[in-house]
Amino acid sequence: MQKIIRYSIVLLFIFILLVFYNSLNRETNYSTDHLIGNKLANVNLKGFNDKKVYTSEDLRENNYTLINFWASWCAPCRVEHPHLMQLSKEKNLKILGVNFKDKKINALKFLNDLGNPYYYLTTDSNGKQSVTFGIYGIPESILINSELIVIKKFIGPLNEQDLNDIKETIKSL
Amino acid sequence: MKLKIFFIIFFLHLNFNLHSDEKIDESIIHKNLRCLVCQGQSIADSNSDFAMTLKMVVEDLIEQGKTEEEIYNFLSEKYGDWILYNPKFNSGNFLLWVLPYLALIAGGIIIVLLIRKSSKKV
Repeated sequence: MQKIIRYSIVLLFIFILLVFYNSLNRETNYSTDHLIGNKLANVNLKGFNDKKVYTSEDLRENNYTLINFWASWCAPCRVEHPHLMQLSKEKNLKILGVNFKDKKINALKFLNDLGNPYYYLTTDSNGKQSVTFGIYGIPESILINSELIVIKKFIGPLNEQDLNDIKETIKSL
Repeated sequence: MKLKIFFIIFFLHLNFNLHSDEKIDESIIHKNLRCLVCQGQSIADSNSDFAMTLKMVVEDLIEQGKTEEEIYNFLSEKYGDWILYNPKFNSGNFLLWVLPYLALIAGGIIIVLLIRKSSKKV
């Protein structure tokens, strides 16, 4: 009997240690990386300048599409903008910009000042469409292929490393 | 004949009332959805931009006739189970669900063994 109790205590101690070890080594920042490999469905974005609605069919025409969520009031969006300008020169890639909860006049000024890297420009004035992409803050970017499979997801502003990653990925076609 | 008409109207009315009771309570769903940009708050407790957007999306989904479970499935597909305060049983969290019962059974077995041992001594 004493043995059983002793083993139980030792097992309990080992279990607690394992839980602590696992918890301390775990990434605590929330991410939506699980979306990688999923297929985008129900793409339905209103055009920024026209009444056209952009759907999955529009994106299927491209080898790769980078969906970028941005706003003029978002400071990190300004930081990543030069990278987007560079990516807009890539042949295999088209950039879809989703202007998120923004005023049209401010968004236009932003693009006039910094340049327009977007092949498609759409708007999500109330943020509801962004939920279908698993977006919870901006800037966020999603790289998809012609089958609308999510290849990469970038939370926060794109940096030099991300830029190279994207270039490397789209080269592989 | 009049009695038949009365019963038809009565049951139709009853059926209508039963369906009206099935209306989904948005606040329950809000309480079960985690605000991803807040510190330990549900979207019911938060006025953050993200929480407000999610409330609008939940409202739309209810209007589209989605059930509570379908709404949770839709959002967990987009944001993972982390968005749910009451996640479903799966391989990633089975220990969390099973362990309390295992501990209870193990505790029960130890108590029974101790009682048997002490009764043998007497």
